[in-house]
Amino acid sequence: MVEQASPGSKVAKNCLRAFLVGGAICLVGQIFKNALLALGMANDDASLVTACILVVIAVLLTGVGLYSKLGKVAGAGSIVPITGFANAITAPAIEYKKEGLVLGVGAKMFVIAGPVIVYGAMASVLVGLFHYFLR
Amino acid sequence: MTLLWAFIVGGIICVVGQLLIDLTKLTPARILVIFVVAGCLLSGIGWYQRLVDFAGAGALVPLPGFGHILAEGTKKAVSERGLLGVITGGFTAMAGGVTVAVVFGYLAALVSKPSGETP
Repeated sequence: MVEQASPGSKVAKNCLRAFLVGGAICLVGQIFKNALLALGMANDDASLVTACILVVIAVLLTGVGLYSKLGKVAGAGSIVPITGFANAITAPAIEYKKEGLVLGVGAKMFVIAGPVIVYGAMASVLVGLFHYFLR
Repeated sequence: MTLLWAFIVGGIICVVGQLLIDLTKLTPARILVIFVVAGCLLSGIGWYQRLVDFAGAGALVPLPGFGHILAEGTKKAVSERGLLGVITGGFTAMAGGVTVAVVFGYLAALVSKPSGETP
């Protein structure tokens, strides 16, 4: 019984943490976006600037080693937001800089971000073709 | 109200990611790819925009929101430039976020000490 119950409760605990941290990151994003809209920025521009602010914060936290500590607690809550994408670019760039600025920093930056960009580009072309021919 | 929905919807999307990690053994990289593609395709058929209207940053900040931005950018480019927009829209839409991440990530790599952990 205990062995059967413990994996489930571990998943539930992980999900609660992911919910709280992921939700909090989105909440912070919404606060920034509301502030930018209040300053008179257009909606799309406010979304982009919000994403950029979150990215810069995540890069700084990664640089000082705090984002990986957050990740140990939050799991997907720190991976799924755009801050996780920024962390996925920055963390390997830092860890592999001993392999040089080109094949270390330059190449390893895209270990995770590369596939995201590749498949994002593929999906966007599909959407574009759909929009062109069927709309 | 948008603040509350941003928190709840953003949190739920992260829970979906956590369930994928815990129950399917998918690696985080694969989950990020799946989320971006899913967001892009859902946005292509017009569903994701409804979630964005409702939850704001709760739908935009998680990675499916990145896919949504790609789809929206591509649709806009196709409307303006036709078939050329199919090949320019996605990268144009992601340019800002990716450039900021690359530039600041690069600078962070120059000044930060490696922790020794494999990222």
